[in-house]
Amino acid sequence: MKVALFIPCYVDAFFPEVGIATLELLERLDIEVAYPLDQTCCGQPMANSGCHDEAAATEKLFVKNFAGFDYVVGPSGSCVHHIRENLTAIPQTAQVAKVRASTFELVEFLHDVVKVQAFPWAEFRHKVGLHNGCTTLRALREAKMSEIDEPFFSKPIDLLSKVEGIQFVKPDRPDECCGFGGTFSVFEEPVSARMGYDKVNDHHRAGAEYIVSADTSCMMHQKGCAERLGLPIKFIHVAQVLNGARA
Amino acid sequence: MKRIDHAEASSKFIRAKDHIEFHDKRLWDLRQKRDRESAHLAEWEQLRSLASAIKEHTLTNLADYLEEFERNATRNGAQVHWARDAAEHNQIVFDIMSSHHAHTLVKAKSMLTDECDMRPYLENRGIEIMETDLGERIQQLDDEPPSHIVVPAVHKLKADVARVFSETIGTDPKNSDVHYLAESQRQHTRPYFLRAGAGMTGANFAVAETGTIVVCTNEGNADLSVNLPNLYIASIGIEKIIPRIEHLGVFIRMLSRSALGSPITQLTSHFRVPRAGTEMHIVLVDNGRSERLGMADFWYSLKCIRCGACMNTCPVYRRSGGLSYGATYSGPIGVIIDPTFNLRKYSSLPFASTLNGSCTSVCPVRINIHEQIYKWRQIISERNQLPMVKKETMQIMGKVFSKPKLYRAAVQAAGASVEHLPRSMMYSRLNAWGRQREVPQAPPLTFRQWYLSRVNKGGER
Repeated sequence: MKVALFIPCYVDAFFPEVGIATLELLERLDIEVAYPLDQTCCGQPMANSGCHDEAAATEKLFVKNFAGFDYVVGPSGSCVHHIRENLTAIPQTAQVAKVRASTFELVEFLHDVVKVQAFPWAEFRHKVGLHNGCTTLRALREAKMSEIDEPFFSKPIDLLSKVEGIQFVKPDRPDECCGFGGTFSVFEEPVSARMGYDKVNDHHRAGAEYIVSADTSCMMHQKGCAERLGLPIKFIHVAQVLNGARA
Repeated sequence: MKRIDHAEASSKFIRAKDHIEFHDKRLWDLRQKRDRESAHLAEWEQLRSLASAIKEHTLTNLADYLEEFERNATRNGAQVHWARDAAEHNQIVFDIMSSHHAHTLVKAKSMLTDECDMRPYLENRGIEIMETDLGERIQQLDDEPPSHIVVPAVHKLKADVARVFSETIGTDPKNSDVHYLAESQRQHTRPYFLRAGAGMTGANFAVAETGTIVVCTNEGNADLSVNLPNLYIASIGIEKIIPRIEHLGVFIRMLSRSALGSPITQLTSHFRVPRAGTEMHIVLVDNGRSERLGMADFWYSLKCIRCGACMNTCPVYRRSGGLSYGATYSGPIGVIIDPTFNLRKYSSLPFASTLNGSCTSVCPVRINIHEQIYKWRQIISERNQLPMVKKETMQIMGKVFSKPKLYRAAVQAAGASVEHLPRSMMYSRLNAWGRQREVPQAPPLTFRQWYLSRVNKGGER
């Protein structure tokens, strides 16, 4: 199995520890991982702003970097969603289609493809609030959404439950969007910040010491909000917890 | 025409602390009630599919069903009028009223008449209009449009209503008891029902097979508006048609559950035949709907039954209020309808969304709302309606991200600026991120640098 590691731009620049944990975790699971060195971004920021023309060259580069692998795995739900559902600014050749269909968010890759049964090295003795990013929840369908009356399921909880000592808290509105929304966070700053404040307060009230998520971008926004509010809440990516981070 | 600045308007809304808290909580409460009610029906998801299919079928054969409706309504004794646009609609209503020497109109809720700007048109021609729905009346007295299509005054606290009523219908300004206020409005409205020359409703559904107009309400005001005056006018958007009476059950089971989380509205009134000695007029209004029907990506929006579930669940709507959209239709459904009326004016609205998709998941007729929002963004960009700063930012990002070397240089520069810029510059008004949020700290090494250093050290494995 040839797996390419996709580290989104903002993870590369601001949260390398998430990329490191992802790589180490995959290697612990005996998966051979390559990291294409010329990768940048998936094109989502431009495409979500309506700017298809401006996204095209970036999308082309993405496909060039990630062609020829069995799987492309990245620790970011919204980027993976863009690649799978919306990478359409370039002609849809067989190669493009193959890359798009082979791209997985880390949690679904571990849960559905590798089918990991245990993380014996992992132990996280903290109360955590799980945050599912909206595309991870409603588009990648990694967990039951509150809008639909369906049996409970949650791929991130399935995996995290295998971590020694972890305790989940229940916020009032677990599925509410945190207000990041890509460029929304800047161009609609008042509502974005308000949503972020409400989100971190909800987790804080529920007793979360950590917010854990598969979506680094949501956490970047929430972390900025929590720090400004002075809330004693910490943030950690699912990959770090599964890789054995203790705090 | 000036562009609506949703972000600016939302910031005003958010500053009123008590209001935004109440607004968010009240609408979230409706969303939760909707969850509970829909969960009671094991077949809810099937109903959504059925409702969607009925609507898609009807819209695909709309001309035929409209003519069938006209034939049956005419046979029932109603008079059917066709209005190409808002101006024709308003003219038709005025002409009908004039020919009956009717000067007062008691009116139930209708978003369509707001869409047509009917009230000012008629008022300028000497007609007095009484909105008889409590929420609509509050908004009329406060000279504001409705902020929500189902609960028009949901952005107001009861103290606001006490102020409006005290200034307009003479209630005690210090008394904000809900029952007192509602009863005061009721007493104030009653005489109008008795002397009005005409009554008006919109329609939730118009049944082609029988020529029936169906109006779902909770206050009884629509029935009074229809049954007391000798002239009844119904204004109906052409997308409200459903083929058969048996289809009504599907929609009635979903409408109030989706809207307010109640199993059904207090009243589901069927108006079919004019009472002896009175007239019933039906105005079928297009006003852009045919054009929308021809838009490959957007015609699904015509399936909308105006339940407001997308608004109740929308985290952006709940924190910005309906008035911040500056349009008749606000919230997610407004964001995908409004640009069809005026692309430039409403070009910021599709960006007033995080694309979280909750709206799509609650929509009882399965409109792919968030996907349409995404598509509108492309059209707005293609037609050069993006703000210059956003377009230029995207052009620069598109260049940087498509060239690995440029990208790596930019990452270095960003890291350096985070590290070295003084806080005062970092958190200037120009940095929208930093107004209410801390900026992430740049790490000593990027992931790529760490990876390369590991490779150089011979790797871990």
